[in-house]
Amino acid sequence: MNSELRIADKKDWLKGATGDWEVIIGMEVHAQVSSKAKLFSGASAEYGGEPNDHVSLVDAAMPGMLPVINEFCVEQAVKTGLGLKAQINPHSVFDRKNYFYPDLPQGYQISQYKQPVVGEGVVRVDVEDGHSIDVGIERLHLEQDAGKSLHDQHPNMSFVDLNRSGVALMEIVSRPDMRSADEAKAYVTKLRQIMRYLGTCDGNMEQGSLRADINVSVRRPGEPFGTRCEIKNVNSIRFMGQAIAYEARRQIGVLEDGGKIDQETRLFDAKKGETRSMRSKEEAHDYRYFPDPDLLPLELEADWIAHIKAALPELPDEKRDRFIKDYGLSAYDADVLIAERASAAYFETVAKGRDGKTAANWVINELFGRLNKEGKDIENTPVSADQLGAVIDLIQAGTISGKIAKDVFEIVWTEGGNPAEIVEKRGLRQVTDTGAIEKAVDDIIAGNPDKVEQVKAKPTMLGWFVGQVMKTTGGKANPQAVNQILRQKLGL
Amino acid sequence: MSVDQKTVRRIAHLARIKVSEADVPRLEGELNSILHWIEQLNEVNVEGVEPLTSVVAMKMKKRADVVTDGNYPQDVTRNAPAAEDEFFMVPKVVE
Repeated sequence: MNSELRIADKKDWLKGATGDWEVIIGMEVHAQVSSKAKLFSGASAEYGGEPNDHVSLVDAAMPGMLPVINEFCVEQAVKTGLGLKAQINPHSVFDRKNYFYPDLPQGYQISQYKQPVVGEGVVRVDVEDGHSIDVGIERLHLEQDAGKSLHDQHPNMSFVDLNRSGVALMEIVSRPDMRSADEAKAYVTKLRQIMRYLGTCDGNMEQGSLRADINVSVRRPGEPFGTRCEIKNVNSIRFMGQAIAYEARRQIGVLEDGGKIDQETRLFDAKKGETRSMRSKEEAHDYRYFPDPDLLPLELEADWIAHIKAALPELPDEKRDRFIKDYGLSAYDADVLIAERASAAYFETVAKGRDGKTAANWVINELFGRLNKEGKDIENTPVSADQLGAVIDLIQAGTISGKIAKDVFEIVWTEGGNPAEIVEKRGLRQVTDTGAIEKAVDDIIAGNPDKVEQVKAKPTMLGWFVGQVMKTTGGKANPQAVNQILRQKLGL
Repeated sequence: MSVDQKTVRRIAHLARIKVSEADVPRLEGELNSILHWIEQLNEVNVEGVEPLTSVVAMKMKKRADVVTDGNYPQDVTRNAPAAEDEFFMVPKVVE
C-alpha cells in the first residue's frame, strides 16, 4: 500500500485547536553489527576499552591506509535483510559521505548511497492495543560508525576516543508508515527482536548499539504529507515516544498559529523532554557523495545468499504462529514467550511432552514473575527448564498439589536440587489416602460445632474447613479429595 | 555546467580550504575549464556500456572477522597536535 494513503486510527488522531491532526513517522535506525572486528579493519569492535585501544591505523585514517571489508559484517547485513523479508542486492557500492567533525578522522564516512546491499522489505508490527501494521523497509545499508567525543574533561578542549570509529553499522530506513508514537515504539521493538533472534545486533540501547533518527511531520487526516523534521540520534525506546509526542505537538502549534514548518534537524533533550533546533549541522548536509575509489563494488554470489537463507533461525512471527497453533496458547502468552529467543527455547523445553498451556502458565507466571522481581534474565535463571518440567510432572502425577508445587519451585529457586527428591526428602507428597483425610475432617467437625451450624446456612463457609484441613495436614492433602469428603460429611 | 564565485567559496568552505578573495576569480576560471573539459566527455555515446569500476578484472578482497590489529594507543595519538591520556584533544565542540 502506498505509504501516504494510510490514515491513522481515529483514536490516534491528535486534537488541535482547529481540528484533528495525524502524525506521520518514518525512521532511520542505526544498528551496530555484532562482530569481533570492525567493518574495514582488524581492530576490535568490542564496546568500551581503554581510550584509542581498539584502533588500527586504518581507523585513525593515517595516510596510505586502505580499507579491507570484513566479510562477516556483510553476512550479518544480508542475514538482517532476509529477516526483514527484503530484496538482497547482488551488486552494491560503497560511497564516501563527506563532512568534517573531530570524531571522523577520515573526513568522510564510508557508507552506501545509491546502491545499498539490501533493498525493499516489510516488517509486521503488533502494536500494544492489539492492531497490527506493516511497516515498509526502504533499504538497509552498511556504514562506519564515528568515534566518540567527551566534553567534560577539560574547560576548553574536547577529548576524542576512536574506539568506535569504523565499527560496522546497519542503517535501516523505513517508509513513513507509522502514525503514532506507539506504532513507532512497537516498530523499533520489533526490529530489535528480529535482530536479536538473528544474532546480527545485540540491541543493547545503553551501549548505543541501537539508535534512531526519527522523521516526524503532521497533516490533516488523509491529506498530503506535511514538511518533516528529523530528530537525531534518540537512544531509548521510551525517549522515542516522548520525542515524537513533543515534536508532533510543537508542529501542530506552529501550523495552527499560521506558521510553517522549516525542514530541519532537531535534537531531543531527554531532561527537558523537548526537541530543539540543531542549526549548526544544516550546512553540513551537502555530503558530496561519490563512490569510494578504495573499494571495489560488493558482489554477492547467489549461492552464498541462498546458504545464509537456508541457515536462518525461526523468526519471531513464525514462532508466535507456531506456538499458538501447536501449543494452543493465546496470542498474548505467545507474544510474552517469544519476546526473547532464549525464553522461547526455555518454554519449548518445559513444554516438551507436557501440556503446553500448563507449561506456559508456569513459565510466564512463576518463572518470569520471579525473574522480573529479582531483576534477573532468562540466561541466569536459577531454575532450569528441566527442573521446572519435573515440578509440573509431579503435579500431573498427583504427587503434589499446585500449591505445594509453588513451594517446591521456591526451594529449587533458592537451594537448587531435583524436585522429585525434594518432595520425598521433605515429606511434601500429597496425601491422597482418604482415611487420613477423613480423620482430619472428623476432628475438625467434632471440634467446631458452631462452624458446622454456620456452614449449613452459608455454604461459602466451606473454604474455612478446607483451610483447617490443609493446616493440619501441612498443606499436603489433595484439595479435590478434601472438598469431596467435607461436602459429604457436612451434608452439603 | 559551470560554477560562479559564490559556489567557489562554498566548495572551499566545505573542503575546509582557506581561499582568499583575490584567488576566487582565478579558481572560478580553473574550475570552469575543468568542467568544460568534462562536458566534452559527455558527448561520447556510452549507451549500454557498464560503468568501469576497476581496470583489472578482480573481486573485492575481503577479510575474516578476526581481531588482528589495535592495542597501540600511543602510536595512534603520537602525531596528534595535542593528546592526553591517550585521547586526542581538539578545540571544544559542543552541540
